[in-house]
Amino acid sequence: MRLYAAAVYLFLYGPIALIVLFSFNSGRHAASFECCATFWYSRTFNNTFLIEALLNSLLIAGTTAVLATIMGTMASLALQRVKGPLRLIFDALTYIAIIIPGIVIGIATLVALVTAFDILNPWIASLGLGDARSNTLSLGYGSVIAAHTLFTMALVIIIVRARIQGMDRSLIEASADLYATPWATFRQVTFPQIFPAVMAGFLLSFTFSFDDFIIAFFVAGSETTLPIYVFSSIRRGITPETNVIATVVLTVSLTLLIIAQVLTRSRADRGGGKG
Amino acid sequence: MASTGNTGGPNNRVTAMLLLPTTLWFFLLLVMPLVVIAVYSLGERAPAGGYQPALTLAQYGNLLARLKAFTNTLTLAPLGTVLCLLIAYPLAYYLAVKAGRGAKPFLLTLVIIPFWTSFLIRTYAWIYILGGRGIPRLLEMIGIEDVRLIYTPTAVLIGIVYGYLPLMVLPIYVSLEKLDKSLLEAASDLGASPIRTFFQVTLPLSAPGLVTGSLLVFILLMGEYLIPALLGGGKVFFVGNALVDLFLQSRNWPFGSAVAIALVGIMLAAVALYLTLVGRDRDRQNVSVL
Repeated sequence: MRLYAAAVYLFLYGPIALIVLFSFNSGRHAASFECCATFWYSRTFNNTFLIEALLNSLLIAGTTAVLATIMGTMASLALQRVKGPLRLIFDALTYIAIIIPGIVIGIATLVALVTAFDILNPWIASLGLGDARSNTLSLGYGSVIAAHTLFTMALVIIIVRARIQGMDRSLIEASADLYATPWATFRQVTFPQIFPAVMAGFLLSFTFSFDDFIIAFFVAGSETTLPIYVFSSIRRGITPETNVIATVVLTVSLTLLIIAQVLTRSRADRGGGKG
Repeated sequence: MASTGNTGGPNNRVTAMLLLPTTLWFFLLLVMPLVVIAVYSLGERAPAGGYQPALTLAQYGNLLARLKAFTNTLTLAPLGTVLCLLIAYPLAYYLAVKAGRGAKPFLLTLVIIPFWTSFLIRTYAWIYILGGRGIPRLLEMIGIEDVRLIYTPTAVLIGIVYGYLPLMVLPIYVSLEKLDKSLLEAASDLGASPIRTFFQVTLPLSAPGLVTGSLLVFILLMGEYLIPALLGGGKVFFVGNALVDLFLQSRNWPFGSAVAIALVGIMLAAVALYLTLVGRDRDRQNVSVL
């Protein structure tokens, strides 16, 4: 049993270790290995396309996570007071947003946005806003953020609502009985209780957006995100540089993961001390 | 809004305002796009690509032209799900039942970490391992020659198991962790062999985790693009790959829309069938317990 677990862990981590090892390759070709140089690292960090893609991805993931967390949490708070058909429609849409494959979301968003832009752009131009020759509305950061926010917002709603359902409601009633305003009740009673779920939703949204390839591939227009850059560089032929990029991406996501762990833990400790 | 609870007027306004952004998003980026591709799937391809209004089922009639993509997806996605399940279950069992208290959180984190790191890069690693200078080279050294792994269904299956294993381990772990250990003791006290205890107590009680994990992996696999694109190399392709081809290369939007809608339809039908089968099976088990 123990041996089996060790084998599975080897299976999970072997390939990752291999990529990291090969990123220190000093040879010219990716397939042969000569130890050990950081030559490819300095080359990679001078690659402006790569740096731009990385910054784009961080910007898109950050904005997506903020929007999805705020909107998802707002909706979760409101939905506990909504009943009847409206509630059913919201529940259905939330699950549809999650269950429909990312590739279909990407396609549908692409087609709908291009169609909408084709109608809106001449109209905007005729109003004299924006440049008549170039299109005012086009695919780019905005469409990627919008599409990522749809899916991640649905995730946040599910996570936060589960937490709200498990929450001690008598505290909210007590707070209202003690003449706290709804806003004060939210800030001092509700929010601290749902905070771990909100945080989890934020992190999940960020990671999903940072890691997503397929939706961005369809709706990014001429912009490049990090996964799109990595994918096209794999397609162009594997060089040691690809391994360096892979190692850098792994390091970035691991760092974020550790930061998240530290943040949630210290927050939880403080909460525990108070209680 | 008559459907809200017993709260007063200003509260209703707050509720509506809180729901406004989400409603807007759901309408503009979910309902509208889905309606648009549904409409497009009934249209015709414009000569220069894109869409030309029409009202025809021709695109759906043409689906058989991409039959291979559908059969590949519908064989490899369930097969990949089952493989994930078979490999994940013993690990989840080990983590939930056998692992020491001290090591458990660490071992669990080790399963979660790959899930949080780049899917693309984890798949990319296998191009090396399965490629000409990877495992086939090692096999050559011990005398087994001409083994081709990359760009085969096997390569795609390996990629699937590697990518989705953590997603399968976690739900199974959760259901095994919740399992009342005294039931296992009771079974062995009553003279049941460990194997019998496993099949009559542990396995049925961990069924919810099995169902959740399989659904998660299966649903994601139905829309898979990256694994076949990188490890299938154009020879083993899924519906996802056909969709990228139809939308970004040949720009056949109406046919692509029909393929996308067919994919979602088949996926929902498969999930419904699976849930019905699981439900019936559980009923039968309840009967046998009685």
